[in-house]
Amino acid sequence: MNISISSRPLHDWDALVQADRAHRILYTDPAVFQEEMTKVFGAVWVYLGHESQIPKKDDFIATKLGLRPVILLRDSAGTLRALYNRCTHRGSTVCRAASGNAKAFQCPYHGWTFLNSGRLAGVPWPDGYACDFKDDKFNLAQLPRVESYRGFIFGTLNLEMPPLTEYLGEAARPLDEWIDRNPGGRIAVCGANRLKYKGNWKLAYDNSCDGYHVVFSHRSLLEMENRHEKDPNKGMSYYKSKPDEAPMYCRCYGRGHHLKDKRPNVEKRAGALWAIEGAHPGKERYEARLRERFGKEADRWLDLASSEPINLTIFPNLLILGNHIQVLEPVSVDETNTVWYGTAIVDGPDIPPGVAEDINALRLRTQEGFPTFGEVDDLTNFEEIQKGLAAQEDEWVYMHRGMDIPGRITTDERGIVTGPATDEVFMRLYIHHWKELMKANPVLSVKRAP
Amino acid sequence: MSYVGYVDDAFYRDLAAGFADWQREDRRISDPSLLESCRALLHLEARLLDEGRFEDWLALFADECLFWVPGSPGGDPKREIAVAFDDRRQLEGRIYRLRTGYAWSQVPQSRTSRIVSNVEAFRGESEAVCMVRSSFLITELRGGEARTFAGWNAHRLARDGGGWKILVKQLNLIDCDQNLRNPSLLL
Repeated sequence: MNISISSRPLHDWDALVQADRAHRILYTDPAVFQEEMTKVFGAVWVYLGHESQIPKKDDFIATKLGLRPVILLRDSAGTLRALYNRCTHRGSTVCRAASGNAKAFQCPYHGWTFLNSGRLAGVPWPDGYACDFKDDKFNLAQLPRVESYRGFIFGTLNLEMPPLTEYLGEAARPLDEWIDRNPGGRIAVCGANRLKYKGNWKLAYDNSCDGYHVVFSHRSLLEMENRHEKDPNKGMSYYKSKPDEAPMYCRCYGRGHHLKDKRPNVEKRAGALWAIEGAHPGKERYEARLRERFGKEADRWLDLASSEPINLTIFPNLLILGNHIQVLEPVSVDETNTVWYGTAIVDGPDIPPGVAEDINALRLRTQEGFPTFGEVDDLTNFEEIQKGLAAQEDEWVYMHRGMDIPGRITTDERGIVTGPATDEVFMRLYIHHWKELMKANPVLSVKRAP
Repeated sequence: MSYVGYVDDAFYRDLAAGFADWQREDRRISDPSLLESCRALLHLEARLLDEGRFEDWLALFADECLFWVPGSPGGDPKREIAVAFDDRRQLEGRIYRLRTGYAWSQVPQSRTSRIVSNVEAFRGESEAVCMVRSSFLITELRGGEARTFAGWNAHRLARDGGGWKILVKQLNLIDCDQNLRNPSLLL
């Protein structure tokens, strides 16, 4: 079934998104938000979850596509599906658990039961109906397209989206590198730091590649991590002096995807990441045990417990940073969830016995650091932006850092744009992509099983 | 006292053992003076936190201590991310950060009011250790809005002369697995 969207533009988008600035109502107008839920969160590939969250047949998690309640699952045949969590009878959610394992979902209201393929299995006392329940319209709606890229599951309602690999484009390379730094390319989600803020979801997106804010917004974290004089270069200290001139860079891949690559700031040697990692619970004891077993070789394992210095952002809701998979969940025009899923390495024959357990004991704790002592300050600043944008007559949000400076930003033959990690070029590029999406009239559709 | 790292497998094992099956009738402490000493500690702790006396609060903890906010009910800290899992050094860091003046999530500092109630105490594995369960309600005023955090605390206490030191404070939020707004003062 196709859902057509009004072809009349809500606003004059070219007037609201200019070369160097965006209008405040992009962040404050509930009608803009409503339209984003179809034209952005319905119409492009949106990250739904990681395969390690649903490893076995019949495993499911509850998630969302924009505001649509979705059950992401691996059905009884092993197929990945994203079912609308919405009974075809009267609209109730059929699944109320956050995760689990189920071959079928029975609506608690009138007992309609659906297989995890989405097909209606039965209704109570069918003699009371004259209709044919074999009609597909009674099956749960589901996303017509669900694809996984190396464990990262995306879905869309737009049949005209290119395949997921094409959508990711060159942004898949740093994602590959992030995955492949873990033994065998294996990772598993291990819980999450779940935060929210009273502000528009794009405020977090505006921050995703921002190397300009770090020493200001995160000053308390930098001071905390470096409070012991003997270790003055922990964490993100490489931002402290002249970050414009640091070797880190920002790269924009098109379609709103971008990377802030801080790896060039760190020495290229085993143990360099661990050397700048902050001091988290377990550091001394686990490190000592690994060094006792492996000597100098322990460094390559300890680096896996350390934060990987990249921020890779896949439009519109997936942020890979450190060892986290961060997901943006828009709630309303002025409320957003940011979920920082932790990742663990997964044991295998390529890892000496016991190492994965020791590394994960450290890695769980290192991952709790930034959301707790860093992100909370960003989220506060996002909330304060949302308050500031209530000033109606002061209309513009500027994003022109690095603009019009000759030689500063380069574009290669593939269209990939590179500039200093402290510039706002990524904001200009993604918001212009956003503008094109808001101008477009995508055809969204759901399918009914099978 | 200078910090020496103490979190290792044995620490996690002791933690799991200490927090397994402890709220049992056969372990209930009914001695009124013992119960009262536990209650007095919890009241003092709540007041120090509400007054922003974080260093004095930290002084209530044993040297090798833990402040722990599980990220799911009964969440295993060796298997999943916690809202907080602070050893002594991390607690010191947490307080240091709040004192920098640049922790924007606490500029200006929130006002809080902690109510601690429903206090029950249970014997630990030895006379030197006891476990205390209490319910809490934290009301926080921040940015002109008041909001609440609710849940229950488990305090693992060690005898210290005539009083107690906190070995572990486990803060169990009813919404620990939900999205939290600015949990900076969730202590």
